Amino acid sequence: MTAMPILFTLVAALTLGAALLVVTTRNLVHAALWLVLALFGVAVFFVLLSAGFLAVAQVVIYIGAIAVLMIFAIMLTRRIARDAGPQVNPNWGWALLITALFFGGLVWMVFQWPGALATQPELNPALDTVQELGKALVSPGAYLIPFEVASVLLLAALIGAIMIAWERK
Amino acid sequence: MIPLSWYLVFSAALFSIGLFGVLSRKNAIAILMGVELMLNAVNINLVSFWRYRTPELIAGQVFAIIVFAVAAAEVAVGLALIISIYRRRNTIVADDIDMLKF
Repeated sequence: MTAMPILFTLVAALTLGAALLVVTTRNLVHAALWLVLALFGVAVFFVLLSAGFLAVAQVVIYIGAIAVLMIFAIMLTRRIARDAGPQVNPNWGWALLITALFFGGLVWMVFQWPGALATQPELNPALDTVQELGKALVSPGAYLIPFEVASVLLLAALIGAIMIAWERK
Repeated sequence: MIPLSWYLVFSAALFSIGLFGVLSRKNAIAILMGVELMLNAVNINLVSFWRYRTPELIAGQVFAIIVFAVAAAEVAVGLALIISIYRRRNTIVADDIDMLKF
């Protein structure tokens, strides 16, 4: 299994590079397209973690809906997207400092924990994770109530978005 | 095989990049993109902990699905707010939107 670390490194580099371009590109439409690439890299990670359903959901929900919604919003506010001035606020140096400290702290914390060096355990081959996930989401003993609350939240967000963006004459 | 720490460091890096975007960007839509990157990093963390620590329980994947739903709701309401502000104020630069009512 020497191919896995190489694949991991390649996809990680691609995703992080795309993510860096998302936060630094001047043109917002390009930033949205780099965001699509970064989200796709995350979907590949879900496949590497044997969470196939989440990989498909990532492509359908994030790339298919959220990224397209972002691109629509950028088009609707186009004049700002082409703004000639700098796209970062004057305090970006502080932001970089805080972010670097935060990242350093997180990495330090990960390597303080001995469990971080664990290797991937074998999945039980008799267990179909997609089937398990489906059952867990609809059985009252497991996660039925969070699932229903999430659907109510989505409905509320839908109605809220329509109400907020409604153009009152 | 890949140890758990690789995934944790990767998701820490992705989260930090998103955080930098949120803190440094001027445009409100770009700030939302940074939030999306952060939520994705959280999802990778959840799923990798599920895969490495408790693969026999499905809880990690359920958490990730709830995060998906919350992210979709957040982006829909956020973009609606941005478009509404753009109609009234003709700007979506976060620095210019500093009054709750005018």
